[in-house]
Amino acid sequence: MIHQYKLNGYNIVLDVFSGAVHSVDDLAYDIIAMFEGSTEDEIVETMLGKYAYDTEIDRSEILDCIADVRELKESGQLFTEDEYERHACDFKNKSCAVKALCLHVAHTCNLSCEYCFAAQGKYHGERAIMSFETGKQALEFLIANSGNQHYLEVDFFGGEPLMNWDVVKQLVAYARSREAETGKRFRFTLTTNGVLVDDDVIEFANREMNNVVMSLDGRPEIHDALRKTPNGKGSYDIIVPKFQKFAKARGDREYYVRGTYTHRNVEFTEDIFHMADLGFTELSMEPVVCAPDDPYALTEDDLPILFEQYEILAEEMIKRKREGRGFTFYHYMIDLEGGPCIYKRISGCGSGTEYLAVTPWGELYPCHQFVGDPKYSMGNVWDGVINTGLRDKFKRCNAYARPDCTECWAKLYCSGGCAANAYHATGDITGTYEYGCELFRKRMECAIMIKVAESEE
Amino acid sequence: MKRIKTLSTRNLKNSLKTGGCGECQTSCQSACKTSCGVANQQCEKCK
Repeated sequence: MIHQYKLNGYNIVLDVFSGAVHSVDDLAYDIIAMFEGSTEDEIVETMLGKYAYDTEIDRSEILDCIADVRELKESGQLFTEDEYERHACDFKNKSCAVKALCLHVAHTCNLSCEYCFAAQGKYHGERAIMSFETGKQALEFLIANSGNQHYLEVDFFGGEPLMNWDVVKQLVAYARSREAETGKRFRFTLTTNGVLVDDDVIEFANREMNNVVMSLDGRPEIHDALRKTPNGKGSYDIIVPKFQKFAKARGDREYYVRGTYTHRNVEFTEDIFHMADLGFTELSMEPVVCAPDDPYALTEDDLPILFEQYEILAEEMIKRKREGRGFTFYHYMIDLEGGPCIYKRISGCGSGTEYLAVTPWGELYPCHQFVGDPKYSMGNVWDGVINTGLRDKFKRCNAYARPDCTECWAKLYCSGGCAANAYHATGDITGTYEYGCELFRKRMECAIMIKVAESEE
Repeated sequence: MKRIKTLSTRNLKNSLKTGGCGECQTSCQSACKTSCGVANQQCEKCK
């Protein structure tokens, strides 16, 4: 399977199953489009007609280009066949190892964001914070169930994890104390709204957290419209100076300033550029996840605007990089040479299998987006995964689980997509959230275009 | 090739033989938390 598209003046051809990316001129682009369904004579005649105005393109030139396309096919870089389906479950079937936990250390929040999928931190339940004992047991559960995995990931999440900061610090210390004996290495992430960030948080996080995710939606009026304090005021002025100090102190360590865009700011690139202008260089901006009847839910009419926005973003990033003031956008990060292997690409996101969320009470869920839905309770950190049938269902949730993915060129970039989004859109984790797919494909086209543009420089 | 420039990419078919260690970052454990993408996950062996 191939995918051809034109973007920002580039003609791009992806060979889906080898991962090859080609930047081609117009003639090659048209020849590749005809190659599989036409004879050589048909291609030559069509091209002679189409390029009659171009004196450089004659029969011999067209035949040379056809030969190049044939050579790429024979070397496995064009029209490669899909041979991966039978491997799709191998990765997860090899073991039931768990390697990552999203630790909900606080089901409470000091902001009251209208669009919060976690229902202002409560996940449709009671407010609660995780005790050290429960968190410690979660770490032991992770160690005990991680098989041969060396790197173990723990994300301190909420609600707002800084509302249970002392326990976070104790859990990090406990995990570190277990590393030598167990041969494991923990990688921690902190996701925060910023309200409680202070020098102690910055110093500790810079020492212990591999990654820090800071929530900011962009321009003050956009951020403050939905990310409010409990008394209804905006939080922008409280958090931005703290995040600026935090990001600066991170140095070379990983962080993201992460926003959410909604129907109210479909021109979300303005918010990304605002973040960049505040001095942040590692940025992420996600489409809102909410019920379709919410006033800020994205609509079908928004889609063409969003497509254009992603193109504007890509072009501006190329421009700013040339000017020496570039920034990173999470969804345009794509490592063509050192990216994921085919097993990672086809085996799904890992939710419900290698990745689990833990509530303040120690209950296990497939991921943070299922927390609070009793149908998706999987067990607890003392007894382990009890609902093995549910785990098996998530095991089968991979790039080949959804009929809609069969003909999709992007399935090796999304691995079948987000199970939670599929569930919320269709009622089934193996359904398809087509709106999300549309945005994802656009982002991948832009990400690859940026790589092509960089290769031309 | 005169009209086709091929970027340097990891050969996915070859990674059937060399991949699958599982040490790479979990997809949602970074900055998204609301949509799945694996393309931006770096291979631990390639770092």
